[in-house]
Amino acid sequence: MLKAVILIGGPQKGTRFRPLSFEVPKPLFPVAGVPMLQHHIEACAKVPNMKEILLIGFYQPNEELTRFLVNAQQEFKIPIRYLQEYSALGTGGGLYHFRDQIVSGSPEAFFVLNADVCSAFPLVEMLSFQKEHGEENSFVILGTTSNRKQSMNYGCIVENEKTNEVLHYVEKPSTFVSDIINCGIYLFNPDIFQHIGSVFQKNQQDMLLEEPTNGWHRAEAIRLEQDIFTALAGQGKLYVYKTHSFSWSQIKSAGSAIYASRLYLNQYHTTHPERLASNKEGGPTIRGNVYIHPTANIDPTAMLGPNVSIGTGVTIGAGVRVRESIILHGATLQDHCCVLNSIVGWDSTIGKWARVEGTPSDPNPNDPYAKIDSETLFREGKLTPSITILGCNVTIPSEVIILNSIVLPHKDLNRSFKNQIIL
Amino acid sequence: MKALILVGGYGTRLRPLTLSVPKPLVDFCNKPILLHQVEALVKAGVDHVVLAVSYMSELLEREMRVQEERLGIRISLSHETEPLGTAGPLALARELLNVDNEPFFVLNSDVICDFPFRDMLQFHRNHGREGTIVVTRVEEPSKYGVVVFEADSGKIHRFVEKPQVFVSNKINAGMYIFNPSMLSRIELRPTSIEKEIFPVMAEQGHLYSMELQGFWMDIGQPKDFLTGMCMYLQSVRQHAPDRLRTGPGFLGNVLVDPTAQIGENCTIGPNVSIGAGVVVEDGVRIKRCTVMKGARVRSHSWLESCIVGWSSSVGQWVRMENVTVLGEDVIVNDELYLNGANVLPHKSINESVPEPRIIM
Repeated sequence: MLKAVILIGGPQKGTRFRPLSFEVPKPLFPVAGVPMLQHHIEACAKVPNMKEILLIGFYQPNEELTRFLVNAQQEFKIPIRYLQEYSALGTGGGLYHFRDQIVSGSPEAFFVLNADVCSAFPLVEMLSFQKEHGEENSFVILGTTSNRKQSMNYGCIVENEKTNEVLHYVEKPSTFVSDIINCGIYLFNPDIFQHIGSVFQKNQQDMLLEEPTNGWHRAEAIRLEQDIFTALAGQGKLYVYKTHSFSWSQIKSAGSAIYASRLYLNQYHTTHPERLASNKEGGPTIRGNVYIHPTANIDPTAMLGPNVSIGTGVTIGAGVRVRESIILHGATLQDHCCVLNSIVGWDSTIGKWARVEGTPSDPNPNDPYAKIDSETLFREGKLTPSITILGCNVTIPSEVIILNSIVLPHKDLNRSFKNQIIL
Repeated sequence: MKALILVGGYGTRLRPLTLSVPKPLVDFCNKPILLHQVEALVKAGVDHVVLAVSYMSELLEREMRVQEERLGIRISLSHETEPLGTAGPLALARELLNVDNEPFFVLNSDVICDFPFRDMLQFHRNHGREGTIVVTRVEEPSKYGVVVFEADSGKIHRFVEKPQVFVSNKINAGMYIFNPSMLSRIELRPTSIEKEIFPVMAEQGHLYSMELQGFWMDIGQPKDFLTGMCMYLQSVRQHAPDRLRTGPGFLGNVLVDPTAQIGENCTIGPNVSIGAGVVVEDGVRIKRCTVMKGARVRSHSWLESCIVGWSSSVGQWVRMENVTVLGEDVIVNDELYLNGANVLPHKSINESVPEPRIIM
């Protein structure tokens, strides 16, 4: 039997997702209409013989997370449990800490997935690949091709092209190593814990020799990438399964949520065609891929898409234009307004003829291997033009423009703003 | 009576509009600038208008023939082939102006106001001297030529060009009346009327100033063109309110040509002038703008403080503001944002212009 472990992180991680992460833990942020995590869970539940899904992270149990898990279990008919780390243990530490739970029931293998990636989740293909490559108990990393310049922002994998063995692994190198990058989705088996265990022992010994330091250098904090993969490379145990570049992305910043939405909406053509809106008599004009929740109220003269997700209870007035944006639950867009490259927070209101616009940070469309940039917030002392984000319950008055700005929750604006963070 | 209008040259400050037509023919509130002046002159008894131009335009010549017919007056063009300054053109047109012994008007072609030509004539005859200059009160006199004069008689003492410290808030409004005898003061060479002619006349007690009542604006650049439009429309409200469009969807002073079409759920105004054959589609908001003949503004767009040139097309869900000027036949594609864009004629805009710049 098989299991899946999803690493969901915690509140200290994912600060690049503010102000959206003030309202909801990042793994629950809706991407293409459903919580980020749900895409992972749907993919895992589809794998034959999947018996349990475990979530590991260090969020305090909260209402939303609990409610999400209860609903997901009911919908997908598979046990889902949340295992809370007592402190940030790193991508490997949490796995090691809960190893007993993971190996209980004797799964032959288990997937490990990072919550903040967007993917087509070729899990069944990874299973077949594992059976055909290397020893019986080899491990598989999902990889994809990046371009030279951007590859250094990720974990780089050097592979033996014939056998697909991972010969060398470096996390975020400062010089070019390889254009094959780590997608954050792995296929392990219980043998992995031997390797993590020896790193754990070594850390403990090192700690005894050194002065006590703060947080990160606890023995239990183990990073899969730097500590485990680097050591396993070239030992005949680690293999890479490559997937198409255009179906994978990281979701680190709010801007990348829009890009990830686009990828998932595109995948819906094969995975969930019922989630895509179409042009209907008496309905709004739909361009490209658009998700509209059934409880949303949309005037027939509005034009939506491409790449738009509309949440529950959203109201969209006459002559509204929405493009490349996410409109979260309960928001109201009044007549003739225009929302481009933006995320409109829960219960926000946008006044008549207002213009809410951001700048997409999309990867270069001419480069098939380009990835979305994790742009810094500021560059040369100025705010980098990026997606406009309205936090929850923000009010934008009529006829103004909000351009390349981030507005924190519960703010009532009274004029136009450009290139600013509004507290 | 005669009048000389100093039209000048290429009107470069009002580009891109003046790349398509000579400045006197640019429509101001749905009527060519020049016609505002000429019609007022005709009402005051002028039967011969001389246009002093430094570049000859066939378009201008043709249009003047039409107006001659229509108004029943004579319009001549006096063409300076080399620059003559602000006084030289008067010398060039000497033959045309010095015919009878009647005083003649001179005006700057960029000026818009409630033209006081009959009052000027009266005032000029009363003081009996050689020249009268109309002055107007402004808030920032240091940008202009300031006039210092005796409050009761209007007798001018001196001029100060662009004063650094406050001297007076009355400036030269660009409208004059002269007796033909003053023409002998001007040689046919580049001459500045403010620096060389006026000071001498003032010294000799031959120059008087009349204060203008009501609004005044030099509409030679887009920002001032729009401000002048607001003032003019306010004046229309006071004198001829029936010319303005009112009703649901119209706020404040709005002038709409009868052949223009306005869609549903629009909010137009305050301070908008819409020219002949313009189409404004549904759900459009326009404030403080001039929309020239034949232009189209597509649905759900929002425009404030803009000039939309002849036959241009503004797409759907476009936002334009901050003295954006579209020349003739410009196409702005859907969903763009133009902030202070100055767009030359026949250009197609596919990208937003978030900060003011010129699009060639």
